Amino acid sequence: MIKYLKTDDEKCVGCMTCTAVCSKLFFKEDNPAKSSIQVVGLGAGKFHLVACDQECRKCVAECPTQAITVAKTGVVLVNKSLCVGCLACVAVCPIEAMRFFPAMKSPFKCTACGSCVPHCPKGALEIAEKEESPASRVWAEAIARVRKEGTV
Amino acid sequence: MSLDRKSLKLLSEQRYAKGGVRKGYNMRTLHLDLGSRKISEKPVSGDMKDRFVGGKGFGLKLLWDATRPETKWNSPENEIVIAMGPICGNTNYPGSGKSLVVSLSPMTGVPIDSNVGGYFGPYLKFSGWDAMELQGKAERETIVFIDGNEGLIQFYESPADIPADTHLLAEALTHAFASDPSNAADLQAVAVVSAGRGAEHSPMGLLNFSLYDRRRQGIRVKQAGRGGIGTVFRDKKIRAVVCRYKGVDQNSNDAADPAEVQRLGLKLHREIVKNDDQQCKMRRQGTAHLMEVMNDYDLLPTKNHKYGQDPRGPEIASWVWEKLLSQNLPDGCWYGCTLACAHAVDRFELETGPYKGQKVVVDGPEYETAAGVGSNLYIFDPHGILEINFYCDTYGIDTISFGTTCSFLMECWELGILDKERTDGIDLGWGNWKGAIQVLHDLADGKRFGVLAGKGVKFLSKHFAEEYGADAQLMKDIALHGKGLEQSEYISKESLAQQGGYYLTNKGPQHDEAWLIFMDMVNNRIPTFENKAEALHYFPMFRTWFGLQGLCKLPWNDIEPADNARWPEPNKVPEHVANYRELYTAITGESLSWDELILQSERVYNFQRSFNVRQGYGHRKDDYPPYRAMGPVLEDEYLAREERYDKQMKEKIGVDPAGKSVAEKVRLTREYRTAQYDSLIDAVFKRRGWTADGCPTPEHLRKIGMDLPEVLAVVEARIAGDA
Repeated sequence: MIKYLKTDDEKCVGCMTCTAVCSKLFFKEDNPAKSSIQVVGLGAGKFHLVACDQECRKCVAECPTQAITVAKTGVVLVNKSLCVGCLACVAVCPIEAMRFFPAMKSPFKCTACGSCVPHCPKGALEIAEKEESPASRVWAEAIARVRKEGTV
Repeated sequence: MSLDRKSLKLLSEQRYAKGGVRKGYNMRTLHLDLGSRKISEKPVSGDMKDRFVGGKGFGLKLLWDATRPETKWNSPENEIVIAMGPICGNTNYPGSGKSLVVSLSPMTGVPIDSNVGGYFGPYLKFSGWDAMELQGKAERETIVFIDGNEGLIQFYESPADIPADTHLLAEALTHAFASDPSNAADLQAVAVVSAGRGAEHSPMGLLNFSLYDRRRQGIRVKQAGRGGIGTVFRDKKIRAVVCRYKGVDQNSNDAADPAEVQRLGLKLHREIVKNDDQQCKMRRQGTAHLMEVMNDYDLLPTKNHKYGQDPRGPEIASWVWEKLLSQNLPDGCWYGCTLACAHAVDRFELETGPYKGQKVVVDGPEYETAAGVGSNLYIFDPHGILEINFYCDTYGIDTISFGTTCSFLMECWELGILDKERTDGIDLGWGNWKGAIQVLHDLADGKRFGVLAGKGVKFLSKHFAEEYGADAQLMKDIALHGKGLEQSEYISKESLAQQGGYYLTNKGPQHDEAWLIFMDMVNNRIPTFENKAEALHYFPMFRTWFGLQGLCKLPWNDIEPADNARWPEPNKVPEHVANYRELYTAITGESLSWDELILQSERVYNFQRSFNVRQGYGHRKDDYPPYRAMGPVLEDEYLAREERYDKQMKEKIGVDPAGKSVAEKVRLTREYRTAQYDSLIDAVFKRRGWTADGCPTPEHLRKIGMDLPEVLAVVEARIAGDA
């Protein structure tokens, strides 16, 4: 199972409470550019919420130092002590959920911590669980195929 | 094999003040005297930085100062210099992990430079050094260890029973020198430079630069392949040089503007992720994507560069390799290279040699290898190619030189110059990969025919004429080398500009200076001698710049912006040139115009040419190709492309081929093509600011700012002698 932050664009009114909660929690300042959840204005009062779906794991496959791993809960985590800041993970993320801030040494992302959930005035956020998809396992299968068992 | 560092005999050690990179430079270099085990550091002056920039520039400067005109490859004062460059080691911009290795080559007698990936270079840089000189000869087999975190250099005696072949040696040393070998991050912090047994018996020995692959849980190797630097390494009795550095981060280079480095890197990462599948497929196939393209355009060498195309070409096409190469892995040779061309075939079971029956990781094949030990030997069996690839790497033998040498031997076999008596029983018929690999095993063992074969085509062509009575001119014509270095794997017959790209080079016929075949032959963009000369000025200068910075060439034009074709001069990939200028500024804090970028290279390029002059080379006569690289040597070679050659005779030479014998047509074509090449030399030397005999003029050196007194003295003496 994969734990993730489930978002509902229909309910979002763009109040930016979630970005404030997130950036204050992790970076001690209210700065939407340092939030792991993004609120994208679509115009006409519509908004699109972006947070890692924890499912595609392209960043896990791409990381040269294996600083990006999958926790038992299915959540994708960045280990800053292993990260070399190359931002390959940012480039391969199909929904721009892997974030970075200029000159900050490591990228960051939603870890489905749920801190933003109770603060959303419209109930657009919840922590949910879902089944793994075939894409979730590509990175692990690639490794399994090349592991040294049976080699010199 | 497991090796305990504590069991190694420590010969001596010395601590050094840990440096700190500032804006891409440490401003000091490391000198190791292997004989006395004396360790010293040299400051990098502002003048050295301005004139030589870094990387290959620093390497050549240090090598020049350390050697004399009489120095030979095996003189104790000859050095191996490993140098990085200011951009090297940044983790954002793809292709930024290269180091440049220079030495006086056992094959050519002049400086060789080889551009190599792996983690060693960046780790050495972050350990506090812009370059490392290895000079002198050790009395006994030596392992050098540099601990960049501790600021410590140690010399160990290499145990007698240590494996000599790289895949075992580098693996054992990576574990021995990791702080905690059970921790993958600690293993990844170790990088090893080593050679192999083959390098002890042949001038075409290479250096392997390792990287620890966390996913495969083992080491991988990238090669400083050309020109025999591994042979120099073993002659110095160095078994390995190990560097450990932990703590690489986004700004280990202390960039002037780290956010700008990020921005540029991310821009290219995104371009690669979006466009690579539609362009070169480097992320899935690496350079092997070129196979069918080259075959389609009559450029894929087959049968010792006799032909450029074969109906069997598709048997080793890119799609064949894509299935064999492991997919969905970030196979870069340095952190942050999303072009990720460093692929491997995993769990490959060997059929021959000392590791027969074992399953190994094969690094590659690169295009050059698949062509050089594949099609050029008429080997279209991917297994055979992979097996030769693996053994060349682990024995420390350059696949290009070995491939081109083997193809020469096979042609000699076909011509009846070689037989089983002369090859010690090895069948060298076209396509027999087991024969080719037996030569390689014998070479590594230093016995039988392998020892002779390992000497390379320059030696062999002369030897076969003198000892076996082979036609001396024919031997010269089909021995694909320039200056003693075997040609790499593109057919240059139909592109005069590429003949220049190969042979009007400083180190010998390697494609890293200029690859002009499509511009010249396919698209006809550089029709006149002046056009070709301009291309043979610009591209070698531009591509030299990668070597000054510690960069890889591939992310320059093996990925292109989607709108590249709409720009003027798309062959230069102008947007990527702009990226490089901005990246240089973001790291060093110094501005750099496009003209200044070329000027940085031009200084070092002319310095290298002057270095050749100092060593007694750098003459016009040193810059001619063997005729096989220019046109059809043999009658059947002419006949195989008769329509093309006849058409050229009519249209370009102005002679009607009708009624002429094939021998006559071969002769006329040869006269014409040879004269064309002479005119090309004239135009290129003039454009480069050199005399008609290929020596940089003092005026030109002053104009570009390479007017050091010792360099001027060399060229002035040579020009006075020529007069």
